[in-house]
Amino acid sequence: MNEVAPMEQFSEKPLVEACARAPVGLLAELTHRCPLQCPYCSNPLELDRVNSELTTAEWQDVMRQAADLGILQIHLSGGEPTVRKDLEDIVEVAAKVGLYTNLITAGVTLTRDRLKRLKELGLDHVQLSIQDVDEANAEKISAYKNGLAKKREVGKWVREFDMPLTINAPIHRHNIENLPNIINFAVEMGAGRIEVANIQYYAWALKNRASLMPTRAQVLKSAEIVEEAKERLKGIMVFDFVVPDYYAKTPKPCMGGWGRGVMNVTPQGRVLPCHAAESVPGLEFDNVKDRRLADIWLHGQAFEKYRGTSWMKEPCRGCPRAEIDFGGCRCQAMAFTGDPTNTDPACKLSPHHLAFVAAAEAESGVANPPAFVYRRMSPVKATAAE
Amino acid sequence: MSGEAHRTRVIIAPASKPALPPHIKLRHDPGRGRWHVLAPERVFEPDPIAIEILKRCDGVNSVEQIASELAKEYNAPLQEILADTISMLQELSDKGVIRA
Repeated sequence: MNEVAPMEQFSEKPLVEACARAPVGLLAELTHRCPLQCPYCSNPLELDRVNSELTTAEWQDVMRQAADLGILQIHLSGGEPTVRKDLEDIVEVAAKVGLYTNLITAGVTLTRDRLKRLKELGLDHVQLSIQDVDEANAEKISAYKNGLAKKREVGKWVREFDMPLTINAPIHRHNIENLPNIINFAVEMGAGRIEVANIQYYAWALKNRASLMPTRAQVLKSAEIVEEAKERLKGIMVFDFVVPDYYAKTPKPCMGGWGRGVMNVTPQGRVLPCHAAESVPGLEFDNVKDRRLADIWLHGQAFEKYRGTSWMKEPCRGCPRAEIDFGGCRCQAMAFTGDPTNTDPACKLSPHHLAFVAAAEAESGVANPPAFVYRRMSPVKATAAE
Repeated sequence: MSGEAHRTRVIIAPASKPALPPHIKLRHDPGRGRWHVLAPERVFEPDPIAIEILKRCDGVNSVEQIASELAKEYNAPLQEILADTISMLQELSDKGVIRA
């Protein structure tokens, strides 16, 4: 049985109906509010404010439109999605229209009663993030007290209600040495799945790259640890290992290809091909308040811009991997080379590749990395920007 | 340590009675005209044989019964079908798609 490659028939088949070329998943960033302040947060540096968030009815409509479009799985994320008091109302509609519902949470604001209610309403899966299994270090990373104890509790409730649990562990230089303990923690919690997710350097993580980047030796060691654990825990826990592409030779097929399988809706309702897409200049983002989701997916300028392979220039153009990795990540190409149409610098064929690797090696080699810039809302500006 | 620490891998045998856990959903997608298995952050596309096996994973049928039904239906040797069914179900169990 194969895992679905999102939209494998996308470029070949004529445009008969939306669902024939539909996305598989939708990441719903219900809010950018979060009690944690992790310095590698994937949210943009400019966070959406609470008073600009979509309403309950608007999110419910996004769920209905998503199901109509053929989306199979909805990832309810944030920020911290449980800070929205109407999470239940959104989950209820998502489950009713047949979406497979996944809650991506830090857990610290969740209660047992709410989780029970969410399960009753049809929530299918919980992904619980942890910062480390060392409490003091977890506190330092998240700038939040007693988070780990709370997460243990949440994990227990998930299992008590016989729901599947994924432990998501973002990995970086401050916790990579603890990886064996992190894996053990997930086993003890009864997780059926673990994401050993090396930090991807965008947004806050990019700002904090010099504080977070592990050494190449650490990354190689962590890959060995995962390989060993995967074998030992076969049939007990499924592993997803996200490698840090600074030490890779080929880029990751970011989002499975731009506008190919996944879409992202921000707290304000902007629809993005990936959560970092706003860092790429020259894209116009439609809002669910103005345009139907299916229309945005099929015809939105931001989705069409880097969909497929026709936008590519060398070395992507004509590359045998063009339809495997789709040139890697547009946001990383933009961030590191200043041009989003360049190949991802993680690719060894990129003229920027050596500088990219050198940056990681230099930063990770510093004995005392710089202090974290914690993820916080920027102060409200008193006057409008010019 | 909680009881979860003692979890062990399920080994599929002819007498195993496989079932889909409640959070695994075998669904027909009318828009795409095919079946999907929806799992935590995964979507699988079962082939026609896998669909027939999964439809019979109800916690009551044993692997042997499932294989014997399929052997009749496809007019194929039972031992061969049984071996294939076990290997497929083992793979699915390792991916967390079935319980037994």
